[in-house]
Amino acid sequence: MTVIQKKPDNPIAHLSAEDIEIIGKELDAIRDRVLAERGESDARYIRKVIKTQRTLEMSSRAVLLFSLFPPAWVVGTLGLSIAKILENMEIGHNILHGQYDFMRDPKIHSTTWEWDHVSPADQWKHSHNELHHTYTNVLGKDNDLGYGIMRVDEDQKWHPMHLGQPLWNLVNACFFEYGIAAYDLELGRNLRKGRHKAPEFRARARAVGRKIRRQVLKDYVIHPLLSGPSFLTTLAATFTANLVRNLWSHSVIMCGHFPQGVETFEKTSIEGETRGDWYLRQMLGSANISGSRLMHIMTGNLSFQIEHHLFPDLPSCRYQEIAPQVRALFDRYGLRYTTGPLPKQVASAWWKVIRLSLPNRGTAQPVDDLSTRALAPSGA
Amino acid sequence: MTTTVPRPPARTSVRDRLLRLAETVTTPLLPGDYLDLVAPLRAGAALRGRVVAVDPETPDAATLTIQPGRDWRGHTPGQYVRLGVDVDGVRQWRAYSLTSAPGRPDGRISVTVKAIADGKVSNHLVRRLRPGTIVQLDQAQGDFVLPDPAPARVLFLTAGSGITPVMGMLRAGAHTRSDVVVVHSAPTGADVVFGAELRALAARGAIRLVERHTDSDGLLGVEELAGLVGDHLERETWACGPVGMLDAVEAHWEAAGAGDRLHTERFRPTVISPGEGGTVTFTRAGLTVQADGATPILEAGEAAGALMPSGCRMGICYGCVLPLRQGAVRDLRNGELTTAVPGDGVLIQTCVSAAAGTCDIDL
Repeated sequence: MTVIQKKPDNPIAHLSAEDIEIIGKELDAIRDRVLAERGESDARYIRKVIKTQRTLEMSSRAVLLFSLFPPAWVVGTLGLSIAKILENMEIGHNILHGQYDFMRDPKIHSTTWEWDHVSPADQWKHSHNELHHTYTNVLGKDNDLGYGIMRVDEDQKWHPMHLGQPLWNLVNACFFEYGIAAYDLELGRNLRKGRHKAPEFRARARAVGRKIRRQVLKDYVIHPLLSGPSFLTTLAATFTANLVRNLWSHSVIMCGHFPQGVETFEKTSIEGETRGDWYLRQMLGSANISGSRLMHIMTGNLSFQIEHHLFPDLPSCRYQEIAPQVRALFDRYGLRYTTGPLPKQVASAWWKVIRLSLPNRGTAQPVDDLSTRALAPSGA
Repeated sequence: MTTTVPRPPARTSVRDRLLRLAETVTTPLLPGDYLDLVAPLRAGAALRGRVVAVDPETPDAATLTIQPGRDWRGHTPGQYVRLGVDVDGVRQWRAYSLTSAPGRPDGRISVTVKAIADGKVSNHLVRRLRPGTIVQLDQAQGDFVLPDPAPARVLFLTAGSGITPVMGMLRAGAHTRSDVVVVHSAPTGADVVFGAELRALAARGAIRLVERHTDSDGLLGVEELAGLVGDHLERETWACGPVGMLDAVEAHWEAAGAGDRLHTERFRPTVISPGEGGTVTFTRAGLTVQADGATPILEAGEAAGALMPSGCRMGICYGCVLPLRQGAVRDLRNGELTTAVPGDGVLIQTCVSAAAGTCDIDL
């Protein structure tokens, strides 16, 4: 992939400014239809997921008190992994987006929620909700494009450091929550620019430190200690559950913006962007994952990444319902709705990470290994 | 010379230590978040209640019997309780007079709700609420109560659901301590909430009851009071009813120089009539600004020099959310109105909300 504006077959060249405004209006209409219905069933849904998650987490931790006994280890670790995934994906991510703020329940609200993650909720909300969701896939603006450690677009400049990026990506996947905390702190940039002594940065770093301490104390000290003779096996179990959760969320999130078919945008292209332009960028800058209902819940409905990026504040349980309408809109306007099963999308994203660890082959023509599309010249 | 008071040695009880240990296990949640799943009414939890019965009183009024949480501190007859209930998935708070006598052996309390036309919450409570529902509560409040010692002669002047605080006082035995006259207005005899109970009290001479059925006899004018209750201005009077009635009653008592013997309870919340634009007050910052109906409150606040939190400025990141304490705002994207009455604190996205009337923002 390369920024959409430089593509020889620019996939939006056939759209007029009026078309884009109409697309925006149609999407607004979809949003309004959901808002008109939003209410009791959405509230019931999120409360049910929260209750299920809490019950699962507590019972799994209780089972792990006897983790010396292998079946208990397996059941407890599996349960805790699922609980942690649900907590981050379907509950934390979505509540922190304000999807359930409409309930006016102070206990389930974006301004009060804290999650089972080493990045404090308020820092994550800033880098994710504000920067990533506003500047989705804009090179130089959206740091989610490679998280500042990888090159995931031909138009990002190659550096010898990128040779190691398949390894960085693997390490990042295993310790994803720490990667996110560092990313939310803009650790690399702040260190490089010598801003690590600025009071604002230090305050935020201390907050992350406190959060890490609490998380580590819970998972790696208190819970193993409570297990008595099962200390070591419980330690291994909570470590495994965190690892599983990290690998899973990393995979799901890679599928959202890195697979083949997702477009990126030049910094100058968003100057004077209309609401329709913004919608169009979200449509082309995201990719879905196809699968079962259980898969969708476990991804926090980020398997409907396109719908989520169009309407980040609609309740996650509504994405599945509106997906056919959104897809029909793509078809009507000749746009590509990027989707595929999880293994295929993960492989596609990984392939990009591996491929772009090397400099671009040739200079003018971006390399597009997986693409089978014919390259048609276009003036746009 | 300065004296220093030695600091008391920090003592942590076993209970505190256990609690802290429990917190390290449940972080980032609190132990209470888990306990709420099984014991929502326990001591130490946010105050809640379980609805145990919903009994119709009239075609459009019902009494809710509620088992309050362990931390309920009780009430004085005549007080009200703020009740938070989820209607269509959205938490709504309203105040209702307590109609039960305090100190029931089972600890239960009751409120009586009259469904008003287009009343989102009152209609839900009267027609859709089911026993078993958990509702949010606040401690009882209000000073519409009888003093101690009780006055010798009392007049209760009520209309419609205005009878509810008075019923709370009567059930607590107000008529055993004072000579009580109740003058109550309702459209018809069948619409009198607690009609049977009031008439039974009157029949055995415990109170004197004057019922006014306004459908047939018209609204009660203050000038008629002298004929109905000759000594009304000498009685300590508690009045509760619609705004118009209370205004007339206050004027009448003031004119007669008996204003200090009149106590009123105004139930009608601040009426919010949404329009275009309005005065926005940032209450803690002490700033007031005029905003038109097309300007986001975020921009209006920034222009006035308020330190507004902000983010994407397009309604997606929720970085600018602030509590609307009272007033009305309009969503600039789809025109949807959000209103808040005092005590609500509805959180709004200031970057896509414009004033639709006078607004108090908590900043």
